[in-house]
Amino acid sequence: MKFIEKSTVEIRCIVIGVSAGGFDALDRLVTKLPLDFSFPVVIVQHRIADNDGYLAQHLNLKSASVVKEVIDKEPICAGIVYIAPPDYHLLIERGLYFSLSKDDKVNYSRPSIDVLFESAADIYRQACLGIILTGKNQDGSMGLAQIVAAGGTAIVQDPQSAIASEMPRAAIKKVPTAAILNLSEIADYLTSLEKRQKS
Amino acid sequence: MELSEIAEIEIDVLLEAIRRRYDYDFSHYARSSLKRRINGLLVKEKLDMPYQLIPRILYDEEVFNRFLSELSVTVTEMYRDPEFFSNLIESIFPVLDTYPYFKIWHAGCATGEEAYSLAVLLKEAGLLNRAKIYATDYNNKSIDIANQGIYSAENIELSNKCYLKAGGKHSFSKYYTEHYDAIKFNDELRNAITFAYHNLVKDGVFGEMNLIICRNVFIYFDKELQNNVLRLFNESTVSKGFLCLGSKESLRFSILKDKFNTLSEANSIYRKKD
Repeated sequence: MKFIEKSTVEIRCIVIGVSAGGFDALDRLVTKLPLDFSFPVVIVQHRIADNDGYLAQHLNLKSASVVKEVIDKEPICAGIVYIAPPDYHLLIERGLYFSLSKDDKVNYSRPSIDVLFESAADIYRQACLGIILTGKNQDGSMGLAQIVAAGGTAIVQDPQSAIASEMPRAAIKKVPTAAILNLSEIADYLTSLEKRQKS
Repeated sequence: MELSEIAEIEIDVLLEAIRRRYDYDFSHYARSSLKRRINGLLVKEKLDMPYQLIPRILYDEEVFNRFLSELSVTVTEMYRDPEFFSNLIESIFPVLDTYPYFKIWHAGCATGEEAYSLAVLLKEAGLLNRAKIYATDYNNKSIDIANQGIYSAENIELSNKCYLKAGGKHSFSKYYTEHYDAIKFNDELRNAITFAYHNLVKDGVFGEMNLIICRNVFIYFDKELQNNVLRLFNESTVSKGFLCLGSKESLRFSILKDKFNTLSEANSIYRKKD
């Protein structure tokens, strides 16, 4: 965790990209977030178009934080975990609210992790923390690189601990400076971030 | 100044050039998705930076037309979100049935698939002869396609499935003729819809509507523009009129949230209070 310890910049937004194996990974990560977590958490999880919002409902029941699917133009609030609705890209706008888009798929995906990460990097610059978790494709690598290029922080799930390792491996290849952690280390880091920024 | 801030200036100048040259104002489009679309056009035009588009767009109308297509072409299909249409049949059609004559505005109709979808359902409910349907868009090319009522037959099986799921009573094929790989809607449906140019960004009130449908248009606008257009919709709706938005769009974060009742949260169907 040496790389992250050096970071002195205040984090204002956490974006997470996850694909195959994501239900399990989010179940283990989001449910660990403390009550009154002081950052917005924005998640793109690849899933089928006619998914009925079960993921958000499930996580909401099991977590201390409020977990919800995003509505267009919804303001971004600290302590809430937002999930991209199926079949829409999710973007962050300058006024710190969300916008959705039905534009073409990116990396065969809608929502696409790259689309969210690119707009998050653009808006939050060095105050953005991007996390890539388990998955079978390469979506998110480019976006994670853009977060780092803007001065933000990158974490990738240790591929050996991931249900599907291709997405974390692709992200590490593209962003070699990313911190590589397993899920419980990521949860610990996010909790420590909370304490550090409060003190 | 950071490079990213300079890039913002470039885009502002590009949009200003387009506004003054062609009278299209994109300055209140949702910026993040607008930027993605501009980048998409840059790749197609083999350019690197937004400022390089400025002389091309100023002096070559064809480049502007491609810009407009890049920005305005939305993927639309027959009976997208069938549960929205079935909700429409259940909760709005019975109210429309109480009027001797009523008006519907389909704003941002793109190439017209949803307008025809709606006309078919009105026909089956015995309401089409009392309906005046206006379907508008700001892209004239899209309106031309909509006016012709000719579509690829490629997705017709899916359309038929969604038509039945939406509450269609017959076979969808009753409403069009098929030629090779294309379908053409019947004249009765085509005559029931008036396709017209209307730009939500700058054009005014559109008559006394009983129902306004505007789905997946607001997602491309910023908050300010969305509120301006909602004001326009409010002024264009009769007392107790209906407003339908895309399923992930909501009045909740808008200036109209207290002026309309929510009939369906899931399908974003609203009714004006008075």
